[in-house]
Amino acid sequence: MKFKVGILGTGNIGTDLLFKILKLDFIEVIIFAGRRYDSDGIKIAKSKNITVTDKGIQYFIDNPKCCDLVYDCTNSEDAKKHAPILKSQGIKVIDLTPAKIGSMCVPYVNNEIILKEDNINMITCGGQSSIPLLHVLSNHCDNIEYIEIVSQIASKSAGMATRINVDDYIKTTKKAITQFTNCKNVKVILNLNPAEPCVDMQTTIFIKSKNLNLSLLTDKVIDKIEQIKKYTPYYELIIPPKEEDGILIMGIKVRGNGDYLPEYAGNLDIINSAAIEVTKILNKNEKHYNN
Amino acid sequence: MKNIIITDSTLRDGNHSVKHTISLDSIKRYCNFADRVGIPIVEVGHGNGLSASSLLIGKCPYSDEEMLKVAKENLKNSKLGIHSIPGIATVDDIKHSIDYGVDVFRIATHCTEATLSKSHIEFLSKSNKEVYGVLMMSALVSPTQLLEQSKIMESYGAKGVIIMDSTGTYLPMDVEERIFLLKKELNILVGFHAHNNLGCAVANSLIAVQSGADMVDACIRGFGAGAGNAPLEILIPVLNKSGYDIGIDFKETIKESDNVMDYLIPSAPIVSPINILTGLSKLFSGFEKPIMKISRLYNLEYSSLIFELGNRKLVAGQEDLIIEIAEKLKK
Repeated sequence: MKFKVGILGTGNIGTDLLFKILKLDFIEVIIFAGRRYDSDGIKIAKSKNITVTDKGIQYFIDNPKCCDLVYDCTNSEDAKKHAPILKSQGIKVIDLTPAKIGSMCVPYVNNEIILKEDNINMITCGGQSSIPLLHVLSNHCDNIEYIEIVSQIASKSAGMATRINVDDYIKTTKKAITQFTNCKNVKVILNLNPAEPCVDMQTTIFIKSKNLNLSLLTDKVIDKIEQIKKYTPYYELIIPPKEEDGILIMGIKVRGNGDYLPEYAGNLDIINSAAIEVTKILNKNEKHYNN
Repeated sequence: MKNIIITDSTLRDGNHSVKHTISLDSIKRYCNFADRVGIPIVEVGHGNGLSASSLLIGKCPYSDEEMLKVAKENLKNSKLGIHSIPGIATVDDIKHSIDYGVDVFRIATHCTEATLSKSHIEFLSKSNKEVYGVLMMSALVSPTQLLEQSKIMESYGAKGVIIMDSTGTYLPMDVEERIFLLKKELNILVGFHAHNNLGCAVANSLIAVQSGADMVDACIRGFGAGAGNAPLEILIPVLNKSGYDIGIDFKETIKESDNVMDYLIPSAPIVSPINILTGLSKLFSGFEKPIMKISRLYNLEYSSLIFELGNRKLVAGQEDLIIEIAEKLKK
């Protein structure tokens, strides 16, 4: 039995996710739902013989229980309207907007919620790129006083929903960092860079803490990166952890797989790859139950 | 006689040149002066604006609340203004600043990213606040692109748009072309913010006004990032002599431009050779330090490195490419 899924939202995230899902053999895409038949995403989906609609959430109202799982790739405002409708039909949601309706999830940081929750929030690209490392660091530092993360993404990789929701990006990333590290003093900055050729996604992490054990932390970070690379292969440490005046700095670069947008759009890739990883975990456990 | 609105950016842009450490006492003292001499808008805060205190850009020893409240207490007639960049500050931060008494909101984006300002400008415009759109690093795009981006901000409800020559690249003819086009095609106010890398800050501000600009920015002694801005004490008489009404007391301003050297400005900006080169190459002035460091490391003339960075059209945030380009030049 294949997983029946729907993708709601046909912008950069939705279209890239479609490319990634089509590589999975245990999934059947029931519907790719947007709002305009002339959008690039819908055109591409059609060319791949995927069923498309311009009715958005209305499609799911008209065709109740058509899917087991829906990926919400719209924007935080719409995602909040979609959530109760899908919930009433018993459809599980993986939310790729910063709406933070359900529990926030980072693969291999809190996998335990994946089966339990009916709405799983994938936080943000900045969250997915920094939290795995921040979580490890927080487990191996006495007390983190302050965390700052700065992400740079290529302008071309930021669609209108990302731009309108820039505040939600900041607030959701901050909230998630606090949840996964227990550090309440968090600063998040997002930079859109229009340079040509397009810049790769980069995240710089700053941590203020007493008694930093640099060699231990470096080892832990390197181990963690190996795990992240299993689902985001082009995730790399470009500034290894270094300490200056009680502040730990490190930098990572995330390149994408080039599925929909080119490789520079690591920001799309990391959140979508995390969503795919969650889907795989779900599938593994479903199989387990069936057996 | 046309009235020109001066925004005094001393207590915001000036913060760049002292690593964001202008004291609360200096804010108080300068605001007292600005209020007394009739400056219409006084901008206060971290160099990168609201909520920008960070390890990345520079930590400010005071909170926005402390700085803005002190300023507000000392401004009875002048309006209190802030610079705010979406991606750094959020609408929640803006709401707090309203509580602290901010009157004028300048929402700034890179010159190609006006759409990032949508939710911020719309919120302020719907709340009936005085909100302007600001396009930074404007020399990196053509006049037509600048117009397109300005129209986007106009459509969100901005009362005006301010063009920043953040790289200090423009000559008077460049400013004339851009301001003239914006005035012709927009139905909102147009402002200009100069930097002095090529020694044209005052001339550029004058021609901006002569081309129809309604607002220009100035800083006492030119106190601002890099080569500094248009000096307030020069701009006042220049605009007066050119027949514009700006309503600021010149004699008091001249006196204060001496006084500020005792309490606010450690050393007035000068145009150093590297400022000239970054201005010519349309490079972000923050590249100054990494360029010096890397050119020493690779034993390169910093001028050749700068010209090459300019050819590659590097923008802020691409510091990592400086090393890559230095390595190529070395070969």
